[in-house]
Amino acid sequence: MTDPVVVVGGGQAAVQLCLALRKEKYSGDIAVLSDDESLPYHRPPLSKAFVTGETDEEKLVMRPASFYETREIDLVLGATATGIDLANRRVVTGNTGYQYRHLVLANGAVSRKLSVEGSDASGVFELRNLDDAKAIKRQLESTSSVAVIGAGFIGLEVAAALNRGQCKVTVFDTADRVMGRAVSVEVSDWFAEMHRAAGIDILLNEGVARICVDANGRTVGVERTNGDVIDADMVLVGIGVLPDTGLAEAAGLACDNGVLVDEFCRTADPAVFAAGDCANHPNRYAGGRRVRLESIQNATDQARVVASVIASSGAGKAPSPYNSVPWFWSDQAQHSLQMAGLAFDVDNRVVRGSPADGSFSVFQYSADKLVAVDSVNAARDHMLARKLLAADVSPTASSAADDSFDLKSLLG
Amino acid sequence: MPKIVFIESDGTEHSVDAKAGISIMENAIANNIDGIEAECGGSCMCATCHCFIEGDIASKLPAMESDEDEMLGFAAEERRPSSRLSCQVKMTDELDGIVVHLPAEQT
Repeated sequence: MTDPVVVVGGGQAAVQLCLALRKEKYSGDIAVLSDDESLPYHRPPLSKAFVTGETDEEKLVMRPASFYETREIDLVLGATATGIDLANRRVVTGNTGYQYRHLVLANGAVSRKLSVEGSDASGVFELRNLDDAKAIKRQLESTSSVAVIGAGFIGLEVAAALNRGQCKVTVFDTADRVMGRAVSVEVSDWFAEMHRAAGIDILLNEGVARICVDANGRTVGVERTNGDVIDADMVLVGIGVLPDTGLAEAAGLACDNGVLVDEFCRTADPAVFAAGDCANHPNRYAGGRRVRLESIQNATDQARVVASVIASSGAGKAPSPYNSVPWFWSDQAQHSLQMAGLAFDVDNRVVRGSPADGSFSVFQYSADKLVAVDSVNAARDHMLARKLLAADVSPTASSAADDSFDLKSLLG
Repeated sequence: MPKIVFIESDGTEHSVDAKAGISIMENAIANNIDGIEAECGGSCMCATCHCFIEGDIASKLPAMESDEDEMLGFAAEERRPSSRLSCQVKMTDELDGIVVHLPAEQT
């Protein structure tokens, strides 16, 4: 084995790291240990076109098996890493040990579990991986009412996807608005109204007391905290994720809402990196705060940073720190929600475009500095926002709100 | 089986047996063509599957939706009249022999 890189995880960050390392002409060995049994796949469609049957498993696959063969990447599927020995630079999966020169933790996150009575009933599902999505798809064949617990991206995407035919969908959230942790009020309100107009019941400020199960153990409903019962033969729990840090913690790596890394995605152990959903990192777009981001963009760009650090070690090249504009997307029904930046300390918001016409963006400011833009069916605004944020250029709030003002003119 | 000819920015040519019914991007990925990144997996969100379609065959392609049009304006390599996002172009038998040039940079 020469200069082996071992990757724990088989998601977006892992595959991107393989691509980037070989693109950087890294010639050492690469092993990817994925606890999934399937070839690494795209997760975003799982909550949308996959559950409805509009896309199939084959189309989810990120790269064909031949990619790993031709790039000489040892992709080990169904391999759950059970321990890391930092002193001897070794990762263990069951009976097999993998020696590393560089270890990359890209094992993502796990679903937060619902803890009320009935949460473990057979009709209760979460949606994190392909097996979850397949199980949901199977269950749907005999489902006429779905309760979605959690009005976040996944919850609303699934709710919109299932809201067709005879299936009745009810969404619960304890917050006072949908996607409250992620988007501005204007966007929350617009999406809530859109989903309600399409026939989805959205119950906000609403706790779930228990999942109701019949004598045969079948899920039949969800009891609200006020005692009412909403019929549901299937429950989907989408109440967020927790970083998968068990392995790192057991090895003695510092973790606090994710594996702690620096701007080069390095942990305190110079041989160990973390990237993607599991990495808690300092972020320029959060005013230097530490954040943990759950997105394709973050996984992709952090993997590139790790590849550049690994490829430049010993090559006399300076690696590039992580410095990418955070961006996110969510497709719900036929509508496209795109977000750029991070909305910390927002003290002013203006709307560009027209919510009534279904195409608008919310520009969010902190002390006159543009920090985040949420765009609904406004791809151009979103792409401009990414450029403006990257260039640290803030249009005045009044020019952002003026549809006739050409934001591109600020980019020179 | 229709063919697609991918030409990398350094001139390297790859003629592949394409599958109709899936996108040009998906055909590129299935054949391990470098030069198409497709970070977002075909959701028209990232503009990293930018390509240039050679010649008159471009007129046989489906018209661009506004999202693709907007995203192309922000592709890493400057947009040309022949630019498309390959995730938005479905391969068909009619497009047999299509020549797809790839930009030097996608990010």
